[in-house]
Amino acid sequence: MNERNNNADTKKSPLGDLGVAIIKTNQLIKRFPMGKGEFTALKGIDLEFGTGEFAGLIGPSGSGKTTLLNILGSLDSPSDGEAIVLGQSVSKLSAKGAARLRKESLGFIFQSYNLLQVHTVFENVEFPLLLLNYTAAERKKMVMDALEWVGLTDKVKSKPPKLSGGECQRVAIARAMVKRPSLVLADEPTANLDAANSHNILKTMETLNRELKTTFLFATHDEKVIGYLKRKIFMKDGLVDHEEIVNN
Amino acid sequence: MWLAIKLAYRNLIGAGLRTWLNVIVLSFSFVVIIWMKGIMVGWDHQAKTDMANWEIGAGQYWHENYDPYDPFTFSESHNEIPSQLESEIDKGTMTPMLIVQGTIYPQGRMQQVILKGIDPDQNVLKLPSAKLDTAITVLPAFIGQMMARTMKLDVGDRVMVRWRDAHGTFDATEIEIIDIFSSNVPAVESGQVYIPLQSLQQMTGLENRATIFTFSNEVMGRDAVAGLVLKSKSDLTKTVDDMIKTKNSGQSVFYFILILLAMLAIFDTQVLSIFRRQKEIGTYIALGYTRKQVVGLFTVEGAMHAIFAAIVAAAYGIPFLAWQAKIGLTMPVDTSEFGIAIAQTLFPVYSVGLIVTTTLIVLIVTSIVSYFPSRKIAKMNPTEALRGKIQ
Repeated sequence: MNERNNNADTKKSPLGDLGVAIIKTNQLIKRFPMGKGEFTALKGIDLEFGTGEFAGLIGPSGSGKTTLLNILGSLDSPSDGEAIVLGQSVSKLSAKGAARLRKESLGFIFQSYNLLQVHTVFENVEFPLLLLNYTAAERKKMVMDALEWVGLTDKVKSKPPKLSGGECQRVAIARAMVKRPSLVLADEPTANLDAANSHNILKTMETLNRELKTTFLFATHDEKVIGYLKRKIFMKDGLVDHEEIVNN
Repeated sequence: MWLAIKLAYRNLIGAGLRTWLNVIVLSFSFVVIIWMKGIMVGWDHQAKTDMANWEIGAGQYWHENYDPYDPFTFSESHNEIPSQLESEIDKGTMTPMLIVQGTIYPQGRMQQVILKGIDPDQNVLKLPSAKLDTAITVLPAFIGQMMARTMKLDVGDRVMVRWRDAHGTFDATEIEIIDIFSSNVPAVESGQVYIPLQSLQQMTGLENRATIFTFSNEVMGRDAVAGLVLKSKSDLTKTVDDMIKTKNSGQSVFYFILILLAMLAIFDTQVLSIFRRQKEIGTYIALGYTRKQVVGLFTVEGAMHAIFAAIVAAAYGIPFLAWQAKIGLTMPVDTSEFGIAIAQTLFPVYSVGLIVTTTLIVLIVTSIVSYFPSRKIAKMNPTEALRGKIQ
């Protein structure tokens, strides 16, 4: 295991050799208004991630990991500095451009699954494909493939309220992966799951990462998740404290 | 747009009871508005048909001095029957009527009436004039049901009638009520006594003279006749049009309240949705929707309530409206007392225009009501929405 500090030569992805950099942040700062003043959640983050990484932002609550994930997911914009995701500067993206980036290239997995409650499992997983104008036949095949990856082909007609937490999160993974995105951002994906379900989910994601070469970036403080990560970026008070690389 | 419709459909169907409660309330508005409008159209149609059948035919020529609302004009409102109208009268497509003021004395009481001389052979109006062609010793007369009730007269009753002739001399005779008709048209019943035209002309010394001429064929561009004023059917039914217009305005308040209630339900659902479905809104944005598209989706969802309501309304409304068109709406009180041309039973008439207009109005209003609360989504922070944080 290598351990490195957040200095100039640690900006680059240590797994960058696997492919081109798909995320690059440069002195990324995010401030939020708080009362009459401001709270700085990110205080100048310099990071780079390459294709096919299985990395995580690790830190306690308030360390800035979710804020960073939101910016990289173009759900939020930086106050200063730059975040380039798949060759596009997040701060320069229009609302439409950001939506297109999310629609075409990003997958999200959330702590509380965020499934559409009144839609069936099939419809939840189909949703990103509807936005991308796939034909019904293409959608059906892609959805069934995705559900096969997560082992939920027998639940296509079920609705989220009828599923267990683990099953819901597997649906969320299928939804994130169905369009074969370049990057999946997962915010505390195992926080609501027990140990067995957490390991199941993580193994699924690890397999997808390995087989589809999709980059996974987690925000977590769950030891179970940390154990699976190939690259661990420890954050503290809005800064990258240090990094660890796991060599197999 | 197609995607928004598809998703809105899924969301509404998935929402179950919440959707169907709104849809039922809204469908109720559809049916009631169409039914009430149908009643008004039916009334309009019935009033004009009854007026044409019993009172005005396809139009009339009036003596230039004749004012039906001023009996003092009657003594000056009669002409020699113009020669240019004689051919129509002979053919039976026009009938003259002489109108004079009179007084009757039923059971010792005195009552002002209008004496109308009508040709017993006429077929222009539905009035039972043929019954005047009878051989009795006194003057035969028929009256309307409303008149019979107020005067307490019945068929076979004899009553004294008094009038003034062309020279202003009073004269009197006895008449016998040979028939009582019912018409739904108060203007032909109230205070009117019908006697043979020729008898009235002789009684008043106004031989071959008449006040009005009613024709059965509506001929465009009728010739002007000296001393007479041409009154078209639309001129003569203007009072009905005005009355229906007034009634429609009054009913609009009711429609407004009805739609308001339905819209309140939609508005409430939309506002509640935006608060309760924050996470869902955030998810749509995370998956690639713009906030504008989410606003569009929620607006379509709201508007789709109106489409569902139209379908539900059709399911139970078509049989109900058809049944109503068949049996009509019977007034709980005697409509002859209303003083307006209204049948005891009103039969609603529905037109395609009425149904399309009502549907479009409800759809547009529902869309507007759905859009306003949805605009709030455009100001939402997606990261907060994703966490379900109320904004």
